[in-house]
Amino acid sequence: MTRSAPVDESKWFTTHCDLSAHDVSCERDDRILFENLSFTVKKGDLIQLAGPNGAGKTTLLRLMAGLNQDFDGEVRWYDENIQSCFQDYARQRLYIGHLSAIKKVLTPLENLRWFVSSWPEVSEDALWQALEEVTLAGYEDIPCQQLSAGQQRRVALARLLVTPTPLWILDEPFTALDKAGVAWLEALLALHVNRGGSVLITSHHALSDIPALRQIELGVQK
Amino acid sequence: MWEALKRLYHRMGSPKWFYEISARWLPWFAIPAALCLIVGTVWGLAFAPADYQQGNSFRIIYIHVPAAILAQGAYAMMAIAGGIFLIWRMKMAAWVAAAIAPIGASFCFLALITGAIWGKPTWGTWWVWDARLTSMLLLLFLYFGVMALQKAMETDDTSAKAGAILSLVGLVNIPIIKYSVEWWNTLHQPATLKLTEESTMAMEMLIPLLIMIVGFYLLFATLIFMRTRNEVLWHERKKSWVKKLIEAEK
Amino acid sequence: MSLVTATIKRDLIIAARNPGEWLNPLMFFLMVLALFPLAVDPDPKFLSKIAAGVVWVAALLATLLSLDALFKADVEDGTLEQWLASGESLYAMALGKVFVHWCISGLPLTLVAPLLALMMNLPDDAYAALFFSLLLGTPILSLLGAVGAALTAGVRSGGLLLSLVILPLYIPILIFGASAVYHAGIGMEYAGQLGFLASFLCISMTLTPFAVAGALKLNLSR
Repeated sequence: MTRSAPVDESKWFTTHCDLSAHDVSCERDDRILFENLSFTVKKGDLIQLAGPNGAGKTTLLRLMAGLNQDFDGEVRWYDENIQSCFQDYARQRLYIGHLSAIKKVLTPLENLRWFVSSWPEVSEDALWQALEEVTLAGYEDIPCQQLSAGQQRRVALARLLVTPTPLWILDEPFTALDKAGVAWLEALLALHVNRGGSVLITSHHALSDIPALRQIELGVQK
Repeated sequence: MWEALKRLYHRMGSPKWFYEISARWLPWFAIPAALCLIVGTVWGLAFAPADYQQGNSFRIIYIHVPAAILAQGAYAMMAIAGGIFLIWRMKMAAWVAAAIAPIGASFCFLALITGAIWGKPTWGTWWVWDARLTSMLLLLFLYFGVMALQKAMETDDTSAKAGAILSLVGLVNIPIIKYSVEWWNTLHQPATLKLTEESTMAMEMLIPLLIMIVGFYLLFATLIFMRTRNEVLWHERKKSWVKKLIEAEK
Repeated sequence: MSLVTATIKRDLIIAARNPGEWLNPLMFFLMVLALFPLAVDPDPKFLSKIAAGVVWVAALLATLLSLDALFKADVEDGTLEQWLASGESLYAMALGKVFVHWCISGLPLTLVAPLLALMMNLPDDAYAALFFSLLLGTPILSLLGAVGAALTAGVRSGGLLLSLVILPLYIPILIFGASAVYHAGIGMEYAGQLGFLASFLCISMTLTPFAVAGALKLNLSR
């Protein structure tokens, strides 16, 4: 997959990412997942949460996205608690969980249309182009239940191409992708970081090709 | 005054403090409860005069009325405790709510059974769709719903929250349900005989009833304390103070 | 287009492509009605006496049947997560979902009920009352039912649990709905019952979305 329609990078997003975790601690069922964790996600950062299964990667990702309020400490967007500026924050970050939120009876285009409905500035043309780039051109009228798991994942990931947000929060986005898909997503992550965007990601996939990469290791403390 | 209340609230939030203090409070509820229940029962069954219309069968009100009052009060308390848990995230409140549910349901069941027993000599059948009995039956259904939901949830936290939300919805609905059942009842069968008349009741009959009501309240408080203590132990079982207690028992 | 309207539109399209979603409750409604003459007595005089209550009971059960699926798919495929991530009000989202549910369950029931009431020999004067009582009553069934559906969405085999939780709350609607129809049938005034249903509808429309929103958050996997 190659970029058929390069995005006008200067206009891609208007603000930059300034997300920070302050002394974040979380326990589940009397087990401490992580304690007093502090870090920042700034312009151009690619942060990979690493650690064994059950180390709390998804939990940390979700509380950084503002989906989970059951923790101690604070997550801030531009020095303001994300829960008190949630509407603002929600428009500046894109969250894609390991559940893809694809409705199987709808076509890829209809699914994509629903995904971007919070961003009215996204044009219908951009959606077509995005589907073309994830090599789903020609599948516009086919319900997603007839697509493979990898193709469905691409429909979900096509949002990365159309929503103008500086921060991407991605939970295992490489799942079910084939080799070409993996290469495409890696290139896209590199591009996003280079144009000043930021990525917070969990993945067992090695992202070492991207120089901006930082890792946060979870599951080390008791 | 306000500060003292605030202090009490914060202490109530501490399971360890509650566990220790409730052990000392328990006898102050349990002993008067036993006294009231014994005095009320003997007085009501043996010494109060028989009803001029219903004869001796009216005496079941000494169980039925307090049980019915508590069944309704317990639901409200459970919902309020649930609300406190939802708003202020006070875990103790969730455990109190969980402790109340089966006790409230038991009182509700007791009220239904005694109502049915009273119905046999009075109406000639075990069950009549009387307004109060029907409301009581629906209240029992509400309790069943809350308890089934609490059981079905996977984690302690979601179980407590789901139970709290449902009991609050139920609390808002109870007056509506009661009103509609009463309205429906007057439409279909204006009952001639009621188990409890709002009209005057002789003093000799009323006093034992009041004693029984007080006794039931004290019994209810005792049971709540005991069950909440169990909930505390269960939920805090991995904390060091509970482990120490268990060591001491051994 | 906001996410709420997009979701309403999307769910209506899904219902149009899965006709079972709205046809099955209707067929169930018809079959339950057929049980009464078979089990009790097909005498027209007797049927006309019980018609009001039977039609209402059947409508209530049919609604209950369709409620189980209301949030289940959204919880399982990650749609719920995306609602929360979007920062749009869950209150509005709950109302939107209930609106769609009413369109595909309550509304068809209301339209079809007078036809089926013919088979139950409902008195001529009662048809208007039947239509209007269902028109006012079925949205309340959807609203209250949505609370139960949201509470049980994450529970496996939650259908039976949903009935246990919701049926007691349905009693007032059943009493006043059925009595409106019955009273109309014996030539009495029924405006009072409709008035009760209307005010109950107003209360539930303002209050239940709070409970639905709170209950939905319980279904996020941690």
